Amino acid sequence: MIYTSKLTIKEASKLLAQKKIKAKELTQAFLDRVKKLNKKLNAFITVCEDEALTQAEKIDNIITSNQKINNLAGIPFGAKDLFSTRDIKTTAGSKVLEDYLPVYDATSISKLKERGAIIIGKTNLDAWGHGSSGENSDFGATKNPHDKTRVPGGSSSGSAAAVAAGMALFATGTDTGGSIRLPSAFCNLVGLKPTYGRVSRYGVIAMASSLDSIGHLTKTVYDSALILNTTAGFDPFDQTTSKVKADDYTKEIEKGVKNLKIGLPKEYYKDLEPEIKDLTLNAIKTLEKLGAKVIEITLPHTEYGVAAYYIIQPSEVSSNLARYDGIRFGNSRDSFGAEAKRRIILGTYTLSSGYYDAYYLKAMKVRRLIKEDFDKAFKNVDVLICPTSPSLPFKLGEKISDPLQMYLSDILTVTQNLAGVPSLNVPCGFVNNLPAGMQIVGPHFSEKLLYQAGYAYEQETKWYERKPKLK
Amino acid sequence: MKKKIHPSSFPPEARLAKGGIPHPSIDINHVAKLANLSLSPAEKQIFAKQLSDILAYVNKLNELNTQNVEPIGQITGLENVTREDKTTPSQTQEEALKNAKRTYKGFFEVDAVIEPQ
Repeated sequence: MIYTSKLTIKEASKLLAQKKIKAKELTQAFLDRVKKLNKKLNAFITVCEDEALTQAEKIDNIITSNQKINNLAGIPFGAKDLFSTRDIKTTAGSKVLEDYLPVYDATSISKLKERGAIIIGKTNLDAWGHGSSGENSDFGATKNPHDKTRVPGGSSSGSAAAVAAGMALFATGTDTGGSIRLPSAFCNLVGLKPTYGRVSRYGVIAMASSLDSIGHLTKTVYDSALILNTTAGFDPFDQTTSKVKADDYTKEIEKGVKNLKIGLPKEYYKDLEPEIKDLTLNAIKTLEKLGAKVIEITLPHTEYGVAAYYIIQPSEVSSNLARYDGIRFGNSRDSFGAEAKRRIILGTYTLSSGYYDAYYLKAMKVRRLIKEDFDKAFKNVDVLICPTSPSLPFKLGEKISDPLQMYLSDILTVTQNLAGVPSLNVPCGFVNNLPAGMQIVGPHFSEKLLYQAGYAYEQETKWYERKPKLK
Repeated sequence: MKKKIHPSSFPPEARLAKGGIPHPSIDINHVAKLANLSLSPAEKQIFAKQLSDILAYVNKLNELNTQNVEPIGQITGLENVTREDKTTPSQTQEEALKNAKRTYKGFFEVDAVIEPQ
């Protein structure tokens, strides 16, 4: 019996390499889990059973013939439905692309496939990545496996629900303003938003091109590092990827946090649900016990983050969504849902003649001030720690009719996208059986350090061992 | 073409300077046309109200003096990234047309945009 919700990538790889399980059995176990739970949770838009089992058989043949296998060989994963997958329907969660079959793979997908990872399906999301709850999907809302009356967080809603419920060993995600970290926090998962340009955006349906970061959701910090080892690096198809050499992120992950200087940005500790504040401060105490030093710092322009973000992001959205004209692929523009229309209108307005300087240009100036706050902070500290969400997972329907309230769910996450810095959500406890997460934020290209800090905390607390009670 | 500016949609600074209550609004018909979106009357009404709330919120940025601040170009500092001007394997014509709803002899087919003479 394979317990899909308990297994990690690290453990599954070991079982495969030692020939204790077959790749086909493993994939079948995850597909069975999807069959059992997807109707309840709506985590997947598309399940690719035949393709997945065929791939798994190929991996088994390699293992049986004693050839060396890659460390992701036979690992079943879910791809957020913004990632182009060759000959597998890619909808972006929107009716506009309900029948779209890409003719190529996103770079991150082809890298994962080269390492032998197996796509078992495409995960649900707020259409085009627009949302913080998963409720903006044109294919129905995803539910939180920890409490089916609550949202899993968005926009990588299906990715989070799939991993949390044991329907995939990991899932890819995109984070433009918190879309990996928020669902990770709401579903007790580790979620990485890498440095802008660390992972290729090629083939991932663009939301806001100067902010989009390509990452993934896993159960553990080690698993997250393992995936980044595959996806990070320069891509000639995405000229905003960096030529800074990618690290080996699993190497020295056990280094610990002795003398690590942690900054607590005071602006991020205001207006929180008290339990969230307590859990985060407890986590910081744990890290202090492990040898870290804690300093209170300030990021003075934090309060302008959401305002700058809700100019820059819709502006870029309106430009990126202009290509959907129903001529080369997909349906006509009438098929856009309400949230996409709202952002297209807002962004078209803020970019239009006479308003560009007052809005977009102004926001890009404020963006510099926000980035400089981070630059200054990282002169004094190694990482920052703050909560990922000001609240616990909220109820389905609670914020859907008030877009501004929904936008404010991202209040603690958008600034990192504006600054381009990496941030790792790590689970930090539960309140009334609902999970909460904290984010560890570092300077550009410091993912290795974030993993070391996250790993040290995780080894002490092991929140990932706590699973949702699903029937 | 010269754009007609609706009086209620002046940039926020303009109205702030006049001492009025900053309550920005969008000329929704004009913007919908620019964005090539056809909106129902109900959508127009809802969006106008919601977007006005959002604009009132983002006008918070005007509290900051950014006169001497350079706007962000590329966030990790990349500049003028170029590559060799060499062709590489790309999509075939068949692949490029695969998802099109209407094609004609290997082309995308679209409605006429120019009046016949």
